[in-house]
Amino acid sequence: MYEKDGEKYFVVDSHMHYWNAAPDNWVKGAEQYAKGWIECFHAYQGLGPPETHWSIEHFQKYSEDDLMKDVFEDGYVDVAVFQPTYLKEWYSEGFNTTERNAEMGKRHPGKFIYNTRFDPRDGDPGLEELKKNVETYGSKGVKLYTAEWNNGSRGYKLSDPGAYRFLEAAQNLGIKNIHVHKGPTIWPLDKDAFDVSDIDHCATDFPDLNFIVEHVGLPRIEDFCFMATQEPNVYAGLSVVIGGLMYARPKFFARVMGELLFWVGEDKMTFGSDYGIWEPKWQIEGFVDWDYPSDEFSDFPRVNTDTKKKILGLNAAKLYDIEVPAEFQLKNGGTPGAQEVLGQPADAHVATGA
Amino acid sequence: MTVSATSGSRSAGPGGAAGPPGPARVLAALETVRDPELDEPVTSLGFVASCTVTPDGDAQVRLRLPTYFCAPNFAFLMVADAYDAVSATPGVRRAEIVLEDHFASDAINGGVAARAGFAQSFDGEAVGELHELRADFLRKAVMAGTDQVCRPLLAAGTDPASLPGMTLGEVPPSAALQRLRERRAELGLPAGDDAWLLIDPKTGEPVRPDSLRMHLGRARLTRTSLEANGSICRGMLEHRYDNTAGLGHKPQAEEDQ
Repeated sequence: MYEKDGEKYFVVDSHMHYWNAAPDNWVKGAEQYAKGWIECFHAYQGLGPPETHWSIEHFQKYSEDDLMKDVFEDGYVDVAVFQPTYLKEWYSEGFNTTERNAEMGKRHPGKFIYNTRFDPRDGDPGLEELKKNVETYGSKGVKLYTAEWNNGSRGYKLSDPGAYRFLEAAQNLGIKNIHVHKGPTIWPLDKDAFDVSDIDHCATDFPDLNFIVEHVGLPRIEDFCFMATQEPNVYAGLSVVIGGLMYARPKFFARVMGELLFWVGEDKMTFGSDYGIWEPKWQIEGFVDWDYPSDEFSDFPRVNTDTKKKILGLNAAKLYDIEVPAEFQLKNGGTPGAQEVLGQPADAHVATGA
Repeated sequence: MTVSATSGSRSAGPGGAAGPPGPARVLAALETVRDPELDEPVTSLGFVASCTVTPDGDAQVRLRLPTYFCAPNFAFLMVADAYDAVSATPGVRRAEIVLEDHFASDAINGGVAARAGFAQSFDGEAVGELHELRADFLRKAVMAGTDQVCRPLLAAGTDPASLPGMTLGEVPPSAALQRLRERRAELGLPAGDDAWLLIDPKTGEPVRPDSLRMHLGRARLTRTSLEANGSICRGMLEHRYDNTAGLGHKPQAEEDQ
């Protein structure tokens, strides 16, 4: 819970991690990838305020106590959604598995939601594992990493028939939310690795699933926005947007937020700290204080307290059926929009100055 | 023996004379090489780590990228384009381009050196060359450039409704306009004075008044995406290389937006 100027914000961190990327977890022969991956993540942390930077050693492996302090005690978060990332080709026990998250989370009841994952290239054993994870951990969401390396393959598309089979299975098991991350090594390499058109197909073909595109499809924000404006069940996950731009590049942050509010809309945007890349504290404080820096942004939709309440927690609470006490609800009787604005183009209520 | 370029301090060498060029002239050639995704020269982005030329005319350029996992297709294009640009510099006998600190460094460096093409360099992982990918990103550059040209016009009081009737020749000259013309020409789209200012970058057809608002909205969005992406890449590069400037590096001023 965060309180500022008499307003109370219920905070759902809808995208965060508990990883082990220390050398004790590197796969022999793949050390350069394991090292390169975590160093790449660490460079992202460099975009946050200097006083929040960690040493690479701490960044490779932080403890349960670190997480509980950074996210809940200092970080205002009420409920956090663990998003696993396996990367078992590089990390022996996986980078950040469902099991690892749940083993830690069991000591902190009510604080965490355990998303799981699948990889369509795993075939029938993968379907079994998905079923087991949903039953064991009560997962309502999955995190998919389409660029993950798997047994010689450098990635897949969500529109592949194999992926559809898994999406159907997930839906039958009660999964509602599909968080998707795009990365740079999808096969084949001669295509645009970050292309989001596969999500466009799935979102149309699975209208009862929500597709939360993490990092708003960065670096393809334009393709993502244009898709999201047409697909009512596509959401913008703000991890990286707030963490990577708000402090380091405030004017770009204002422009990106303006575009997202215009094309996607405040009812379909969700906060995620991407912890341990960035701590939630400065992101939440900064976002609640944030407004457009000047008149040159007058073309974009306005932001107010309700906008921030929705983005910081109410939208994700709705996606995950999290009960939110009355004191945090919108004052004017409005409700968060998630899945209730179906079919409403995000820009229906704004006029562009263009 | 080699001589190293240090940011702009060395002369280009005697113009037109036989013999090897100075590193500054090789660097000038590299200014024509762009990151196809960010539509900016590899020099100003800070991607050129070093540039040396031996007295015999053997040039070596070392390139660096913001992350170990930057997309290998774009990396390949930059290394291949740098090879072509440096090889074409008068007086260069042999060009070597080395991409540093990247998961696919060996495949890319070896493939470009052997003139193998992309598909052969990544045998089994790619089925074609990168022309279509490059064209896709040039079209994005045209959209972003459209915003860069139109925004000042609108700020100066031009009626948005008049834009579909304007030609490139009617727009006051600017660096942004010149760049838009060049990108359009590269795609084979009309770029002369009598060409329409607003065109569909895929078909070259003029934008009709009823799709004006959407076209300008997409142009603005594409520019935002491209520039925000560039700003993240720059931030990562600075962090990765501890703020050491590349040759020809120009920090991005947020004020320039």
